Order: sequence, then C-alpha cells, then structure tokens
Amino acid sequence: MPDAQAQTKIPVTVLTGYLGAGKTTLLNRILSEPHGKKFAVVVNEFGEIGIDNDLVVGADEEVFEMNNGCICCTVRGDLIRIIDGLLRRKGDFDGIIVETTGLADPAPVAQTFFVDETVGAKTALDAVVTVADAKWLKDRLKDAPEAKNQIAFADVILLNKTDLVSDTELKDVEMRIRAINPFARIHRTQKSDIAIDKVLGQGAFDLDRITAIDPDFLEGGHKHFHDEDMQSFSFASDKPLDPDKFFPWIQELTQREGPNILRSKGILAFKDDPDRFVFQGVHMILDGDHQRPWRADEAKTSRIVFIGRKLDRAALEKGFLSCVA
Amino acid sequence: MAAPSSSSSLTSKLRHLDLGGEVIGVHFLGRSAAFALGTGGIVLAEGDNEQRIEAHKGAILSVAGDARRLLTGGDDGRVVATSGDGASETLFEQRGRWIDQVASGADGAFAFSIGKTAHFRPAKGEAKSLEFPSTVGGLAFAPKGTRLAVAHYGGASLWFPNAVAKPDVLVWKGSHRGILWSPDGRFVITTMQEAALHGWRLPEGANMRMSGYPSRVRSMSFTAGGKYLATSGASEVILWPFTSKEGPMGKQPTMLAPRDTRVSCVAAHPKEDVVACGYDDGLVLMVRIADGAEILLRAPEGSPVSALGWRADGGALAIGTEAGKAGLMVF
Repeated sequence: MPDAQAQTKIPVTVLTGYLGAGKTTLLNRILSEPHGKKFAVVVNEFGEIGIDNDLVVGADEEVFEMNNGCICCTVRGDLIRIIDGLLRRKGDFDGIIVETTGLADPAPVAQTFFVDETVGAKTALDAVVTVADAKWLKDRLKDAPEAKNQIAFADVILLNKTDLVSDTELKDVEMRIRAINPFARIHRTQKSDIAIDKVLGQGAFDLDRITAIDPDFLEGGHKHFHDEDMQSFSFASDKPLDPDKFFPWIQELTQREGPNILRSKGILAFKDDPDRFVFQGVHMILDGDHQRPWRADEAKTSRIVFIGRKLDRAALEKGFLSCVA
Repeated sequence: MAAPSSSSSLTSKLRHLDLGGEVIGVHFLGRSAAFALGTGGIVLAEGDNEQRIEAHKGAILSVAGDARRLLTGGDDGRVVATSGDGASETLFEQRGRWIDQVASGADGAFAFSIGKTAHFRPAKGEAKSLEFPSTVGGLAFAPKGTRLAVAHYGGASLWFPNAVAKPDVLVWKGSHRGILWSPDGRFVITTMQEAALHGWRLPEGANMRMSGYPSRVRSMSFTAGGKYLATSGASEVILWPFTSKEGPMGKQPTMLAPRDTRVSCVAAHPKEDVVACGYDDGLVLMVRIADGAEILLRAPEGSPVSALGWRADGGALAIGTEAGKAGLMVF
C-alpha cells in the first residue's frame, strides 16, 4: 500500500485486559484528559464509561469464521459494521479505541483489520494494549488462558496496580510477562495512570515502525523464566535469505501451524535486495512489505520471532535457516 | 474494447452538485432526487432547485424509500421519513442506539433493525419486533405483502411479522450483509462478507452460490422484469441470469463494461435492459445488456461512486460519491 494512503488511515487501538485489571479506568483517563484529541470508542458494556460522548458505541462481540477455509480466521462481524458506520462520521474523531471484554481473545479483533477490505483500507491497527493486574496476573496466567493470550498478543502492556505488590513480586511478574511476550513495551502504572502518548499512536502494527527486534532478549533474558504453555522463539541469520525459499516456507508454516502461532514478526535481509523487508502476522494472516534501504552502519541481520503454543523450536529454526540463499 | 473517452453527448447534460458529505443513498421522490448524506442531511434536488434538510443529528447509516417518501436510519437512533416537499417526520427514536437497517414496504409499512432486533411497523395495526441470534445485516420486504427477509450470520430468515409461526431459516455459513428479493419473489439473494453472493430459490430453499469476485459485493440490482441480477465487486458489471426456473445455477454470468478499476455501484434501469454503473474512480456509464454498448455519463474525478438511483420512469439518473459530489442527469 502506498504511504500517502497510510497517512490518512484512522488509527485503531485495541484495549484488552482481564476482568478488574483497570481497563475502564484507563479508558476513562484517555477520554477525560485534556489532550485535544477526540476518540470514537467501541465498548462492550455501556454504563462503565463515565464520560458523556456520543461517539461511544456498544458492541456485541460477534465472532464468526470467515468462509475462506482458514479455521483460525475468525473476525468480529459487529466491529466491521460499527467501523463502517463510524467512517460515515470521518473527521469527527482522531482515532478509534476498541475495548474488549475481559474474557475475549484479541485475535479476532486484530484479524478484523486485515481481513475486511473497507476496514483495512480506511483504518490501521495501531497497537494491542493490555492492562494487567500486578497482584493477580500471576494467578490468572495459571487459571485463565484468556489472560495469557492477552499478554501474548500485546504490543504495549500496562502493568497496573504496582502499589499493591512488593518490588520482588513486581520483578517476578514482569519476568513472567517477558517469558510469554518478550516484545511488548511494559509500563508500570498505578490506577492506570499513564501519558496517553505511551498508549496511543504506537504504530506497532505499522510495518514502517518495526525498527528492531531486541537481540538481547533473543539471547538471554527470557531463558530464566519459561512459561509452561506459551512459547516465544526468535532466530537470526547474518547470511542473506532467498525470498524464493522464505515465502513458500512462511506461507506453508502459517497455514499449517496458524492456530498455534499467535503473533509473528520479522525483519529480513534478502539476497541482492538493498531494502529491509518487514512482516508481521496474526495466526494465518501475514502482512509484509519492503520498508527502507538498509543503512550502511546496520548489520544486515535477518530476525524472526514467533509467539505461540505447541511449536517445535528445532523445526522452526531449521526451517528458517534453510531459507538462507 | 476502447477506453471510454472523457466526454460524450450526454456528459454535458450532467448537472453537478456539491453536497458536502458522503452520499449513502439516493432515491427519487416523484421528480425530485433525494440524496442521503453521511453527515445526517438530506438534499432534495430537482432542476436548478436544491433544498437541504437536517434530518439526523449524526450519520445516516441506511436508506430506503418508496414513491412517496425516503426512509433513513441514523446513528442518532432515529428513523426519519422525508417527503418530496421537504417535510420530514421522526417515525421512531431510541436514543443511544444505532438504526443499522431500514426497509420500505407496501402501503406505508416499514421495518428497521437495531443490533439483533428487527422491528416491523405497519401503517395500521400492531407493531412487531423479533430478536435474531445475531446482528441483522440486511433487511428487505418481499415485492408483495409484508414478508421480511432478514440477513444475519449463518444465513437469512424469512419472517411474516403478523404470523405466530417462527421464521423460516435459510442456512448458509458466513456473514450475510445486504439482502434482496427477486421481483417475482422466487429468489432471495445476499451479499456476503466474503467476496461472494449467496442465494436461495424459494420455496424449497435450494442454495445458489455465486462467487469469483475479486472483492466484496456492495451493490446489486435486478434488471427490468428480474431477467438479470447486476452486481458490483469486479472490474466489470457482473450480470447473473435469472430467466430460468433454476436461476443462475450452472450458468456463466455476463460481464459488461470492463475497465481497469472496480465497479462500486450499480442500478438497473426500471424499464429497459440497461444498467447504470459507477466505478471506484467516479466514472459513471450506462451499458445496454443486449450488445454491451456503453455511453459515458460522468467523467472520473477520483472518488468512488457510492450511490445511483433512477427515477421511476427511467427518465433521470442521480449519482452520488463518497467525497460528497453528486450528479443529476435528465435524459
């Protein structure tokens, strides 16, 4: 897609978080603070928003399977229609915030922005923001798969209610988050108090903004703490890749393993190609493009990351390394 | 075939209007074209006259109409009827909800939907409502009588609001959005979230799958007498044949007026075998089904054509675009 079009797209922030984590408090902050911006808000329960705003819309969380033979390709039908409707009032607001219920899987919401043509052409998923309760997250990660999915999907995590735990407990829960999702930006907060520019306008799904995949975390970091269920793998290669090997591999992989791969991201150097190629995906849906030329001072290292379940690390690594030109 | 040039004997007859808001739908009330806008306004245009009515305090989401009045549903929770003289009347209001769909029936009856609930309002008699398992995607009255076709997830339902019996459910997996009856009432067609149409032959409910589109179909229209179903969604007008009992099953569609950009809107002439089609770049032409002959009506200016409507006698065509430009042509 040309850049000129990307600039006019309305940014959409998906706000998730388990019950009681502080989602609504964050939403009320975003809506009430004097930042001069107007947001249309899609909520699932009326009444919780303390702000009188005629751009607050109730949703039904109607998830349905696309009829395209892709079993994990579920989308939010209600959201497609609501965004179609909101687009009629283009110019009345600067961004859209979609709040999900505490028990929701973020995947159908994220996939909606890739699957529907109109929604994809006129809006852009900015980031998945997850509010997590510093005190209770640890327990929820054990007993609520939804809570773990929300962490795994996040681009930005508000580790909230930090005043209710000790420093040691806080470090521990942060490690657990890192074990599930090493890529998200984590902000420690109390009462969801955060500058809105740390939550909105993140461009996390914007391929132009994928600047780095932190090599440190790839090497060390998360190895100290393994989540029993959620995995995150990252692989790197200093040798350029062959696009004719890489694309068939990633297509086949995501078709086959799509249900198990929650998120994927990559920055790739192809042979005889001066540009960085970046991509990211949600389950089976992939989006990728040439981003910009590699800089002279940059190591042309290809990196790829996966967050998911039941993934075969050795097979993924072997598959990726076999794409070397 | 040759690319259409930027002018024809007719383009000079097009009257241009700048409406200032996305045109959601257009419908003739007698000799006057009524444009419904995303900004909530309605503009009535006839000859050189233009009248603006602020019908909704928000966006208009859906549009229907008959010879007498235009029905609009808005995100202000209102159903508004507007007549050709500019008088407008609120027929229903529920604050804080969106009126997603409206439909116009015979004898002044109308229907609308809010989320999962469809509402039926006869001119006289008792109002009825029914909740469906999922949000109503489309709503249409049968050509005669008061039976309503309701599109939703997993298919469509045929509802007699005045009958006690449960609606007949026509099942097909996926999300069904727009819905349309054939003029003889023997077929019900839906546009799907996927790039396909689905149809059912009545009364037996036999499935008809019409696929092969490169993008979602947003606009469909039966040609005079129900011979063809004309649709948008491809870089040519797709016409599915409905003359035989089986409808289009096992037959190839006719494809006319190919261009290098997609058809965004179609409207069949009420009397002749002619279809008006608008494209993503704002171009509008008329094409004759018999031989594919094209006449340019509007030169492209960039914004997709979002609405097309013929006057009941076929003597005029109204055009609206996403950017809020409009055109009126009297033949």
